[in-house]
Amino acid sequence: MDEPKEFQATVGSDSRKEPVRVAFVTRRTSPHVKADEGQYVMAWPEGIFRVAVACEVLAVVLVAISLFWDAPLEGLADPMQTPNPAKAPWYFLGLQELLHYFPPVVGGVLIPTLVVIALVIIPYFNVNIQAEGLWLRDRRKRLRIFAAVALALVVLLVAFKVYAVIAPTLLIVAAMLFAARDSADAGRFHRWLSLRPLSFWIMTWFLLTSSLLTAIGTFFRGPGWSWVWPWSE
Amino acid sequence: MAKAIEGYWNDLRGTKVWRSVFRSGAGSSNLHRSLAVQQNIFLHLASVKMRRRSLAFSVTWYLGTLTLATFITLTGSGILLMLYYHPSVPQAYADMKDLQFVVSAGVFLRNLHRWSAHAMVFLVFAHMFKVFYRGAYRPPREFNWVIGVILLLVTLFLSYTGYLLPWDQLAFWAITVGSNIMSAVPVLGAKLRFLMLGGNTVNANALLRFYVLHCVILPLLAALFIAVHFWRIRKDGGLYTGKAETHG
Repeated sequence: MDEPKEFQATVGSDSRKEPVRVAFVTRRTSPHVKADEGQYVMAWPEGIFRVAVACEVLAVVLVAISLFWDAPLEGLADPMQTPNPAKAPWYFLGLQELLHYFPPVVGGVLIPTLVVIALVIIPYFNVNIQAEGLWLRDRRKRLRIFAAVALALVVLLVAFKVYAVIAPTLLIVAAMLFAARDSADAGRFHRWLSLRPLSFWIMTWFLLTSSLLTAIGTFFRGPGWSWVWPWSE
Repeated sequence: MAKAIEGYWNDLRGTKVWRSVFRSGAGSSNLHRSLAVQQNIFLHLASVKMRRRSLAFSVTWYLGTLTLATFITLTGSGILLMLYYHPSVPQAYADMKDLQFVVSAGVFLRNLHRWSAHAMVFLVFAHMFKVFYRGAYRPPREFNWVIGVILLLVTLFLSYTGYLLPWDQLAFWAITVGSNIMSAVPVLGAKLRFLMLGGNTVNANALLRFYVLHCVILPLLAALFIAVHFWRIRKDGGLYTGKAETHG
């Protein structure tokens, strides 16, 4: 009974709100902390309370919207009377806009399929996981490839008369060239841009393009899918 | 007063009935807080502990949570709408008019369902972009990202099938435009379109098919994948809070 205890327990966990990791350090082991994982809290009530508040706020917003704005309801469906233009729900108007430029099999099938495949495979490429700045290595070689791809894309867009998409494309091209520029007195924004990986640029281009196409389909398309200004009735 | 209430509360939690429902019983230690999550069939999808940082608004903007909230709102309002709706032509449209003029708060119910649906589609996209820009798809979370893409498609299809149900001009022609895209699929196009519509044009068969898809098949699929999506958050080590965490 003279042998000293190998460990000593101090605080009873019941008296604490925040969970703490208790390590029993015996004489034969030495603790080795690899990384600080940050502080933990109990999911109940800390996390679940916040979730409940977020849901409540959303519910209030949705109820308010529903009280003040009525859902649209037009006349009874009539297969004999085609409205002009016939529009899909807003989230498909980007797609419908693509159909205006490309043949149906390209705009309606090939491009959406490629988008879904591209989304699915994102986390399976090391280049996306490491997410190194695009211009940090092999800059000359990458600039050459980039120039070729950007040029091909713009030519393709012009060939199919997708002039609207040229704007966000050129915007991204300009931002990428700006990021690639090597300068000693780079500002914070410049440094941040130069650290962006390839996936960032592609996704941002996709976000800008799809938002733009959706907006055009929603607000700028009239009879026969012709261009109209939303303010000219 | 507060003490008395707390006392009653603890007494209540200690009763036989309470303990038969909530298995963890009285007490407010961290063990009990863990059990409250672990022993609840809905909450057990989540972890018992969370990184404090992952609760910060800037990390997630709570977009995933809000998407779930819209899904729950849609399920609730949708079930109520089903009580007033016949998936037949032209009764479906007459039911819309009934909701507008006859049913108490019918307009509100339909508004809530419609705007929540738009909100859900928007929030799903926002959630996807937020996850992407934070790099939260990184291993070991890559498969949860894929489940997210599946949920995005299910959401779009849910919204699309629901769009036909009012059977007004807006619904009819939006679905006609959409289903025409499907016939552009090489070789199988016309067959796929026939399968989806139950005919060569958008008609009463299409309405019934869309109704079954919208009210039964797709919500069940969504609920299933949502459950896997949430469970995977726990299994993959909680919400992503930054690059450093994975090297731990």
